[in-house]
Amino acid sequence: MIHIPDLANATPVGVIFCILAFITVITAFLTIFSRNPIHSAIYLVICFFSIAGHYLLLNSQFLAIVHIIVYAGAIMILFLFTIMLMNLNEQKDVHRPRITRLGAIVSFCLIVIVLITIFINSKPIVGEYDSTGEDFQSIKVLGKILLNEYMVPFEFASILLLVAMIGTVLLSKKEKLNK
Amino acid sequence: MMVDGAFIIEKSVVIVVVFAVTMIMAMYSTWAERKVAAFLQDRVGPNRAGWGGLLQPLADGMKLFSKEEFFPNTPNRFLFVVGPAIAMSTALMTSAVIPWGDHLVIFGREVILQATDVNIALLYIFGVLSVGVYGIMIGGWASNNKFSLMGAVRAASQMVSYEVAMGLSMIALLMMTGTMSLREMSLQQQGMNWNVFYQPLSFLIFLICSFAETNRTPFDLAECESELIGGYHTEYSSMKMGFYLFAEYASMFTSATIISVLFFGGYNYPGMQWMVENVGVNTANLLGIAVLFVKICFFIFFYMWVRWTIPRFRYDQLMNLGWRILIPLSIINIMITGAVILRHDIAAALGF
Repeated sequence: MIHIPDLANATPVGVIFCILAFITVITAFLTIFSRNPIHSAIYLVICFFSIAGHYLLLNSQFLAIVHIIVYAGAIMILFLFTIMLMNLNEQKDVHRPRITRLGAIVSFCLIVIVLITIFINSKPIVGEYDSTGEDFQSIKVLGKILLNEYMVPFEFASILLLVAMIGTVLLSKKEKLNK
Repeated sequence: MMVDGAFIIEKSVVIVVVFAVTMIMAMYSTWAERKVAAFLQDRVGPNRAGWGGLLQPLADGMKLFSKEEFFPNTPNRFLFVVGPAIAMSTALMTSAVIPWGDHLVIFGREVILQATDVNIALLYIFGVLSVGVYGIMIGGWASNNKFSLMGAVRAASQMVSYEVAMGLSMIALLMMTGTMSLREMSLQQQGMNWNVFYQPLSFLIFLICSFAETNRTPFDLAECESELIGGYHTEYSSMKMGFYLFAEYASMFTSATIISVLFFGGYNYPGMQWMVENVGVNTANLLGIAVLFVKICFFIFFYMWVRWTIPRFRYDQLMNLGWRILIPLSIINIMITGAVILRHDIAAALGF
């Protein structure tokens, strides 16, 4: 069942988690609800930072900092670039047909039902964690695991990125040729 | 790690001192910049406020504080203020992971002269650098001015593209040192074992990229009077403008520090081990801090020297240099480093 946290005797980590979770959820909602696209992008950046804070709470420094570098430092900056140069300053209220709105509401409700059932039925890990004495947050261990045990998925991910990159170059080239 | 009262006091003192020193160094960099410019152009430079113009930074600060605070007609007053704040705080955040010295022994306690020794220090620096772009972009956009926006986009795209080459040049260094902790890197460079002798190409790429990252000449294309007026800080006045300029000098100081720690041995000097054994830990390490600051001051001087010597690039030349020369060069550097590290395996595979 859903576990309600005991706020009266919460640990410092619990308090920090609550604050971070609050910021994450609020900024995620503001990303969707704010009218100005630049404001949405900035709220999303704050959201990414608080997620990095969650990673730090889980003691995975590497993941936290890589999350900041990749999402906040690279992807969102490119997002901001495009939004700023597209000149979306004037707030246009796009008219959406009623059927689209209805579809959005129905799909949202379905997703909520699925998520709630998942959360209710999910069980915490039964049994103890195996303690191997290895420091899994250190980059040395992480790199060895990624390139030994998970070699194939790792290479697949790099191929996926390469394909995406080539595709982008191809798309942007095509536009130039059509001019 | 033991966390007690003394530990907290010790770390707080280190953090406050590092913060103060960064501020003072940034302040006097503005004075040094004028003096160096004057020296290179055969002038005298500031000499009215205090001896040799030493009080000039204070006078500048007073002037900036007392100026009228002008707000442009912008719908985003809050973001307009946030821009310089982000620029300033990211410029100061990098110094948290820098080892300023090995350790001192005070009242029988071993005090490590570093705010925090994380094993991802180098990634942390890159993270902070990439967040620093936001200060410029948000400030430029919130000014509600086409010139500011263009200047911000220029500065940001320059920083983003040079970050790639910078990161790739660091990979070659990491392959050699095998650690990301700056403290361990400094310890590895004892004596004259400086990384610059093993990775000269990596150092060269890193140096060029840090010029671009700090928006200094020859890459200061964000400011361009004939095309863009003042760049992203066209609309800024008073101390908000001062923050942007101050952030530039603070990041110059931090990048000079990073260069000296990564490539020039940090606080190490020849004969440090001998000093520790024969003279005393504290004296040897205080001398180490002094040596580190000499290296930092040399690099700050180098930045200024380049600024007043080399003409600036055109924007397309800048992008060509970044994407077509520096990135392939750093990839070649990675391959050479890999081949040298695995030379025994390669020789064995070839049948020698």
